[in-house]
Amino acid sequence: MERKTPGMLGRARAVGLNKRADRRVGEAVIGTLLLLCALVSVVTTVAVVYSIAEETFQFFREVSVVEFFTSRVWTPLFENQNFGIAPLVLGTLMVTSIACVIGLPLGLGAAIYLAEFAGDRTRRTVTPILEVLAGIPTVALGYFALLFVTPVIRDLIPGVNLFNPLSAGFVMAFLILPTVTSISVDSLRAVPRSLREAGYGLGASKFELITRVVVPAALSGIIASFILAISRAIGETMIVTLASGGRPNFTFDPRQEMATMTAFIVQAGTGDQAAGSLGARSLYAVAAVLFTITLVLNILSQQVVRRFSEKYE
Amino acid sequence: MTTPTVSTEPNTRANTHVGAKPFDLSQPSVRTAPVSDEHAVVSIKDFNLWYGNFQALHHVSLNIPKNQVTALIGASGCGKSTLLRAINRMNDLIPIVKTDGTITYEGVDLYDRAVDPVEVRRRVGMVFQKPNPFPKSVFDNVAFGPRLNAYKGDLNALVEKSLKRAALWEEVKDKLKGSGLGLSGGQQQRLCIARAMATEPDIILMDEPTSALDPMSTDRIEGLIHEIKEHYTVVIVTHNMQQAGRVSDRTAFMHLGVLIEEGPTDQIFTNPKHEMTERYVEGRFG
Ligand SMILES: Nc1ncnc2c1ncn2[C@@H]1O[C@H](COP(=O)(O)OP(=O)(O)OP(=O)(O)O)[C@@H](O)[C@H]1O
Ligand SMILES: [Mg+2]
Repeated sequence: MERKTPGMLGRARAVGLNKRADRRVGEAVIGTLLLLCALVSVVTTVAVVYSIAEETFQFFREVSVVEFFTSRVWTPLFENQNFGIAPLVLGTLMVTSIACVIGLPLGLGAAIYLAEFAGDRTRRTVTPILEVLAGIPTVALGYFALLFVTPVIRDLIPGVNLFNPLSAGFVMAFLILPTVTSISVDSLRAVPRSLREAGYGLGASKFELITRVVVPAALSGIIASFILAISRAIGETMIVTLASGGRPNFTFDPRQEMATMTAFIVQAGTGDQAAGSLGARSLYAVAAVLFTITLVLNILSQQVVRRFSEKYE
Repeated sequence: MTTPTVSTEPNTRANTHVGAKPFDLSQPSVRTAPVSDEHAVVSIKDFNLWYGNFQALHHVSLNIPKNQVTALIGASGCGKSTLLRAINRMNDLIPIVKTDGTITYEGVDLYDRAVDPVEVRRRVGMVFQKPNPFPKSVFDNVAFGPRLNAYKGDLNALVEKSLKRAALWEEVKDKLKGSGLGLSGGQQQRLCIARAMATEPDIILMDEPTSALDPMSTDRIEGLIHEIKEHYTVVIVTHNMQQAGRVSDRTAFMHLGVLIEEGPTDQIFTNPKHEMTERYVEGRFG
């Protein structure tokens, strides 16, 4: 430990070992600034969560929790108010499922191709293209869905509404694909060479090696990528608002217009609801449900990733 | 060449100052009591191998006798692993590798176009330097190969038999569902041996199987090698002279990609005919 000895400061100065006041002040200032940066993000998160929780609490003083979770009609912005969130949850699930059915296998397939088959050159060309895909503004994707994909779907399948979850889900598949692919590629390539040699040494063909050794060994990373993709799909707003429409509809027919939770939040937020009215508060109740779902998914994926990092050796 | 070079003459070439003089790669190998082609399960003939432009094996010819243990010894980088991996075509996984010459197994040239390397590896198993169990259960590790082959018999019995042969059964019989990675290093290596045996290969290749293990585990695996040669032909690479002496029936000494001398292990160790072999086995070698 440090101690104080008389006369030591002078001697330390003489040989240049003394503590330098300017350096200490500089470091203290930088440390404080960085702490402030960290604090800002923590404080905003807490503030957002608090305001959602507060408004949600007010909402449930007037609306029964049972009605909220069991009723199948959602008309909070109409004269005759009904507060059953089921149609919105169903809309979100519908679009997310369609996106996942297309996007997850495609993303995983692309990842397996890139990690196990593609040469370095291909990998170096395709990876940036995927990043571009991930960077397209979702509002552009939304219009793409509405103006290009929807007409094609309506030509192919009879009875499809102008606004429908099919088109939104299809386009959203390409939004989540880069997430799945890039995380899965990393986890596939992290499977050590020694395991691959073990598989080949036992007489596995390349296909058997991939399906029985590499993918299982990388499974937690792949699952984590799936969960993140699902979580992104659930929270996605612009594509569904533009292409899937805003009418809450309790139906399992994907040709019908279906509103998602996020689409409703946009609707309610841009509408002319008086602050503090029940209609405005319903926005927060929906936001709370959405927030809870994505939070659970993110925690789940972190859990999976943690298991993944302990996997080998 | 159609038959392996057989020459029991001591090599008289002036190769006494290894390193000082350029090494003569064209000298014939010295052979003591060579294994005839009829008794060989694998017959390596005039085999050359290149990594890109670098030639790692030069005209290697070696007959490997059935149900015996053949040790490959030699200084680091002399091509022992390369030769071993040539036998089950593991080198195919490295794109830059080119070969010529033949390696025959049951009369089939393993490097013929008609041969599927995947099938070769089902007959010729391999155990690696570092234990590499799959991140699966003990049972699934051992059952991996049989499942690939769509094994028709009783899988439980096969797994048990393999684990018993690997002298691991007693230690793991209550945790077959536990992860293979939960075992100790020595147990993991025995698991890898059991896994290799479960595909019921004829030949098991072992590349320094004990170099990552403690002396106790090494003892166990050496004992194991002794026992399994009743069922399998074993080729083992080792840096440990005592180990080669303890476990092998025949020993082949390599230097810079050339097979210098081969013969019965006791002969190689007590009465080496080539000057370089002598220097190596006595530990006077770089
Ligand atoms: N993948 C590769 N690419 C290029 N050269 C290689 C490769 N693998 C091995 N070599 C070279 O081939 C030669 C023989 O290597 P090999 O691994 O067979 O030696 P070894 O006798 O097993 O050595 P060690 O005792 O250190 O394991 C060495 O010069 C090595 O550098
Ligand atoms: Mg080696």
